[in-house]
Amino acid sequence: MLYREAGQFKTTYAADMAVFPIRQDRIALALLVAVAFIAVPFMAEAQVWPFRTDYMVRAILIPFLILSLAAVGVNILIGYCGQISLGSGAFMAIGAYSAYKFATGVHIPLAWLGTAISIPPLPGLISIPLGGLMAALVGILFGIPSLRIKGLYLAVATLAAQFFFDWVFIRVKWFVNYNSSGSVSAPDMYLGPIHINTPVERYLLCLSAVVIFATLAKNLVRGNIGRQWMAIRDMDIAAELMGIRPLYAKLSAFAVSSFIVGVAGALFAFMYLGAWEPLAFDINRSFQLLFMVIIGGLGSILGCFLGAAFILILPIMLDQIPHAVGIPVSVETVSHLVFIVTGGLICYLLIVEPRGFARLWGIAKEKLRLWPFPY
Amino acid sequence: MVEFGQFLEILIGGLLSGVLYSLVALGFVLIFKASGVFNFAQGAMVLLAGLALVRSLDFLVARGIPMPVAILMGLMFAGLVMALTAWLIERFVLGPLVNQDGLTLFMSTIGATFILEGAAQMIFGSDVYPLPLFPTDAWFLFESAFPGGILVNKLDVWGGLIAAILVAGLALFFQRTKTGRALRAVADDHAAAQSVGIPISWIWFVVWLVAGLVALVAATVWGTKLGVQFSITFLALKALPVLIIGGFTSVPGAIVGGLIVGAGEKLAEAYLGPQIGGGIEYWFAYVLALAVLLVRPQGLFGERIIERI
Amino acid sequence: MKADVNPKPVARSGPVVANGDVLLAVSNVSLSFGGVKAIRDVSLDIRKGEIRAIIGPNGAGKTSMLNVINGFYHPQQGTISFKGRERRAMRPYIAASQGIARTFQNVALFKGMSTLDNIMTGRTLKMRKGIIQQALYWGLSQREEIQHRRVVEEIIDFLEIQHIRKTPVGKLPYGLQKRVELGRALATEPELLLLDEPMAGMNLEEKQDMSRFILTVRDAFNTTIALIEHDIGVVMDLSDRVVVLDYGRKIADGTPAEVQANQAVIDAYLGIPH
Repeated sequence: MLYREAGQFKTTYAADMAVFPIRQDRIALALLVAVAFIAVPFMAEAQVWPFRTDYMVRAILIPFLILSLAAVGVNILIGYCGQISLGSGAFMAIGAYSAYKFATGVHIPLAWLGTAISIPPLPGLISIPLGGLMAALVGILFGIPSLRIKGLYLAVATLAAQFFFDWVFIRVKWFVNYNSSGSVSAPDMYLGPIHINTPVERYLLCLSAVVIFATLAKNLVRGNIGRQWMAIRDMDIAAELMGIRPLYAKLSAFAVSSFIVGVAGALFAFMYLGAWEPLAFDINRSFQLLFMVIIGGLGSILGCFLGAAFILILPIMLDQIPHAVGIPVSVETVSHLVFIVTGGLICYLLIVEPRGFARLWGIAKEKLRLWPFPY
Repeated sequence: MVEFGQFLEILIGGLLSGVLYSLVALGFVLIFKASGVFNFAQGAMVLLAGLALVRSLDFLVARGIPMPVAILMGLMFAGLVMALTAWLIERFVLGPLVNQDGLTLFMSTIGATFILEGAAQMIFGSDVYPLPLFPTDAWFLFESAFPGGILVNKLDVWGGLIAAILVAGLALFFQRTKTGRALRAVADDHAAAQSVGIPISWIWFVVWLVAGLVALVAATVWGTKLGVQFSITFLALKALPVLIIGGFTSVPGAIVGGLIVGAGEKLAEAYLGPQIGGGIEYWFAYVLALAVLLVRPQGLFGERIIERI
Repeated sequence: MKADVNPKPVARSGPVVANGDVLLAVSNVSLSFGGVKAIRDVSLDIRKGEIRAIIGPNGAGKTSMLNVINGFYHPQQGTISFKGRERRAMRPYIAASQGIARTFQNVALFKGMSTLDNIMTGRTLKMRKGIIQQALYWGLSQREEIQHRRVVEEIIDFLEIQHIRKTPVGKLPYGLQKRVELGRALATEPELLLLDEPMAGMNLEEKQDMSRFILTVRDAFNTTIALIEHDIGVVMDLSDRVVVLDYGRKIADGTPAEVQANQAVIDAYLGIPH
């Protein structure tokens, strides 16, 4: 009964085009935002359950937020524009390492010109979007093959990006400021005079970034450019005959997707890992993001969050539940179980509900609107 | 003369190791030709076949069964495991997805990959298991012509021989048998093949079984080379550029693509590597494939598709 | 798109506008795929404001001709001139931007999108806001979206598909999909509208509706229409002039009555061996 829209009339196209046209949804969203921005930090500071230690914020909420954001980027490319990518990890790495370079100062000697490009160390908050920008540029570059090749062939092109950049960040010592171990540590982050250091501060920064970029992404996918992406996805030839330029539509999807993935990569490195090696962004990361998108729902922004939550919670559940019922399971078995469950769920969803959890959520809402009538 | 000898050694070593890539790529081509499915799980199938073989061998040898008999029984057991896998995949993954688009099928095989990897390691263990099936020492050829001769691994030669037999067998299977023709029909159009009475689920089972057996053959060679271990699944990723270069639908393409990739990456590593930091074997094949894609998207031996609307 | 979607019926008597200016001229076009010759040395013109039918048996090269006209296929020989500008090959989106819109034989809608979004894609060429403005949306691209939504709603009203506005098109029955596809083409405000078998697979009532839409589009919006259709009755009633293709050649061109009396046409349809 609570979820009825009777009496809510839309009198303008603007109201009809709103992201959440139903009042109850808007209230629920406002509550969620309030909890995330106000209740969670307070509870974490007061150390009440489930925030007894900072584990919840540091090891669950922060990676959840950042990987959700990365999944939004991946979903724009795969779910909305239909261009499969197995190289998202590389674009996270590009974002992370570029941001690191910007934050620690860029120095490119141009010996043959007798000069050098030097950029002084920039504040973290500027470096992170710049990292995203670099990822977008590389994304456009690796998107160019998509103009000639489709589907699985493109997957190989994106794999090329993955392996090439894995190698670049291991071998090209310039990116790690000639640190002999090959590992780098994120510089301190300041927001004005505030040093962003504690888990709660990091959480709030990530949350803000996610809210901002997810909103921008939602605006894009519901607008003109989003329709162009989906048209290319659903029937590229017809799209071109309708006046959609494949060059612009595809490369813009690559650019926007890589930008968001790059920002997420920089956040992941700066706010979650702290110190990292190229291994953090290898092909397994790409697959993790792909799975989040498939499980959460291709072509759905909400799905990215559901998918990320699922992929992150699954190993914890598989670890905790057997312990709780008294069957000790080795760490190795848990990781194998995670493989099996994830793979099985992907096959199951592709067969039963290709649009993932987001679609299931949508169906549940439809049912609720009609409740108690079983139409 | 020293340099030329070295070049020959690298070239031959590269070509022969390329044949090993071809062994994996062959499995891909088979399934793609016969079902239009791009089977990402081929690498996982090599792992599964290898684990089934090496673990049953260990089990039998530990019980005092002589090696040749144990190998035979182990191969049969692994073959059975692959048959079961083929049946399960057809029944629970691909069967329900018949008539879906290529991208959905591809993603479902990624799902299958993870199931297979998890299940194989859970059942058979996740260590590195040595598999001493083939000799791993080396010959030194043309010692009179080049100082020190040219080093050729016996295992690589074995791999080449096996690949040649496999290709001949598969070519016969595709061209001469009724099942082979039906396979090609199914690849063209699932629905049309069903409508002329081709039992699609049986055909898919057969093709996945054949791909599984190809995986088993690949596993014997790769297992001897590296030991049976999880990293064998990355072979699937190395086979992708081989396919791009050769063309997805061509058995000879898989072989030639493998040779090009094998020789190319070894030569690049030897001659280009020192200048730009080494380890370029890691990505060389992909960048080569990318270049081929831009020039000739259908690959060297692939068929060109005319688009209609 | 003008607001007046219910114009007064125009009295129809034979070729109304057959003397209008030539909008599109195809001269000596040949197209082949490998050894297969799809079109052989065909010339035809389409005049402003007319309904021009292209008919012929299966495999005659009709769809290939439309594909040539809107730049999807590039002919080996011959030229196409549209609005006086001559060209041999162009990208389809450029043809679209010059005012050629198209529907397809096998409905080519964007299956994952709603009716509304499908028709909105037709407005792509008219939308000017950049990607940053679209991302920021409020106060920037929102106004543009609403303005185009208004136009699209008029098309939706005209085609009587208000009830399926937010339904994913994949779920619609075939007849409605064809209608949505026409709406998407109309949304581009074309000067030349190419319809590839707009009535294939429809029942009588649906055909009547579609005929009514086609005539109204021409009369109210002054859009020139070229259509491929197998239903000879519909072709004879709707079109001002008819061109007949057979095995890639033009075998007849003229008013419906002329074409109907042409011996070559009768032979082609009855299957006289070549």
